[in-house]
Amino acid sequence: MTLAIDGWFTAEDGVTHLLGARCAACGTVTFPPRTGFCPNPGCDGEHLEVTRLSRRGRVWSYTASCYPPPAPYVAAEPYTPVTLAAVELEREGIVVLGQVKDLTVADLEVGMELELTCGPLADGPLVWMWGPAS
Amino acid sequence: MSVVALGAGMHPWGKWGRPFTEYGLAAAREALRDADVSWPEVGFLVGADTIRNGYPGFVSGATYARALGWSGARIASCYAACASGAQAMDIARTRILAGLCDVALVVGADSTPKGFFKPVGGDRPDDPDWLRFRLLGATNPAYFGLYARRRMALHGSTPEDFAAVKVKNARAGALNPLARYRKPVTAEEVLASPMVADPLRLMDICATSDGGAAVVLASEDYARRRGVTEPVRLAAISTVTPAFPNTVLELPEFATDSAAAVPPPARPFRAAIAHAAYEEAGLGPEDVSFAEVYDLSTALELDWMEDVGLCPPGEADKLLRTGDTALGGRLPVNPSGGLASFGEAIPAQAIAQVCELTWQLRGRAGDRQVAGARVGLAANQGLFGHGSAVIATR
Repeated sequence: MTLAIDGWFTAEDGVTHLLGARCAACGTVTFPPRTGFCPNPGCDGEHLEVTRLSRRGRVWSYTASCYPPPAPYVAAEPYTPVTLAAVELEREGIVVLGQVKDLTVADLEVGMELELTCGPLADGPLVWMWGPAS
Repeated sequence: MSVVALGAGMHPWGKWGRPFTEYGLAAAREALRDADVSWPEVGFLVGADTIRNGYPGFVSGATYARALGWSGARIASCYAACASGAQAMDIARTRILAGLCDVALVVGADSTPKGFFKPVGGDRPDDPDWLRFRLLGATNPAYFGLYARRRMALHGSTPEDFAAVKVKNARAGALNPLARYRKPVTAEEVLASPMVADPLRLMDICATSDGGAAVVLASEDYARRRGVTEPVRLAAISTVTPAFPNTVLELPEFATDSAAAVPPPARPFRAAIAHAAYEEAGLGPEDVSFAEVYDLSTALELDWMEDVGLCPPGEADKLLRTGDTALGGRLPVNPSGGLASFGEAIPAQAIAQVCELTWQLRGRAGDRQVAGARVGLAANQGLFGHGSAVIATR
């Protein structure tokens, strides 16, 4: 399967991982991954390693887009609301936004645990998604 | 050290479908008339750019200077998304305070397409603003929805509270001849409007509008020489960035900064924007007579009230319910009608906030006048980390 963006996540053997960058000096993590310098202004780190982020986190907030988003999003026809969740990863101290798979706003609550998965965009390529915790 | 807001002018906001230059020019001429300054007297013009209207929008300083008639003035153009107007005013202020000019004109205007704001066109996978649409379909209202839902979870706000913000702002907007929406609405109408970005409905979310705003800024000396004895002063303009790590998910980002190595700052970004303005002005939230805050959504007005220190976190709903923030209340919020009544016209809106501060502080805001207004605060934020807050005093 084609990934909708290279280098931001992997989907291998049915397991999805977000890829971040981790500063070897101070441990700051970024998503999406970046190269070059650590974004922590108090750190001189210049060595950022690609790292797999935690696959589980807790919902920081969520919403649903009830109208088709404009291009370059390719909306499914007929359109069903795209649910989005911002999920807090405790170890990385970061909140990551993603589409939600197999759950709607009626199923979600701030603080509930979700697990990373992936699913196709309407035109085919895979993107990371948040799904029910197994 | 402050500069004086000598004149303010706006083009009525709406969906007029004409070139942005027309709105900016009309607002500029109105501000010059209001200041009793002729265009050739202006030493410096700063344009707040629009990125949706082709090349003239990227060189807005030159565009407006040409539209007003080349006068040989110095110019600058700047872009800081929704904070463009604040940055433009700050640039003008700096040149005045440096003694390089006496009087400056700041202009912002936009002509917007219908519907959701879209990223700038083309296939641009290096641009997070493009990618958030491509990968997630995350529109601006989707982020507003995230903030609203989080507010409900943290503070117990309800859709009824959000609707009450719209009712309040629509009532103020109905009294403002420059507003786009001038009809009072009921909570029932808001709660029956279509769901757009759960939990926010159509009438919770500000529209995208055409509009223009301009201010004439001058040195205190210049104002005095012109016989202006009790001018409106801009005591602070804050254009700060977030401090690392910013732990609020901001437009158009995919993730927050990481707090793994460094704890979050004492003040989150929005609070830090206002704090920097208070520090600069030597004033505090207790001094504020009224505030114009950035109500991209009804729920966000409540967040901003807390962020700028008008009340402790979680208590904005209470102030709203008691009528404190309505016109005639103890601490009116968005007496202009806010974005709820105007809609977004990105480069113009921070300037429009200052127009309202100016009129209110002069006591010339007509039917929406805040009685005894002495200190006005305007707060705003542009995507990609642009703060915008202004404190005006009289």
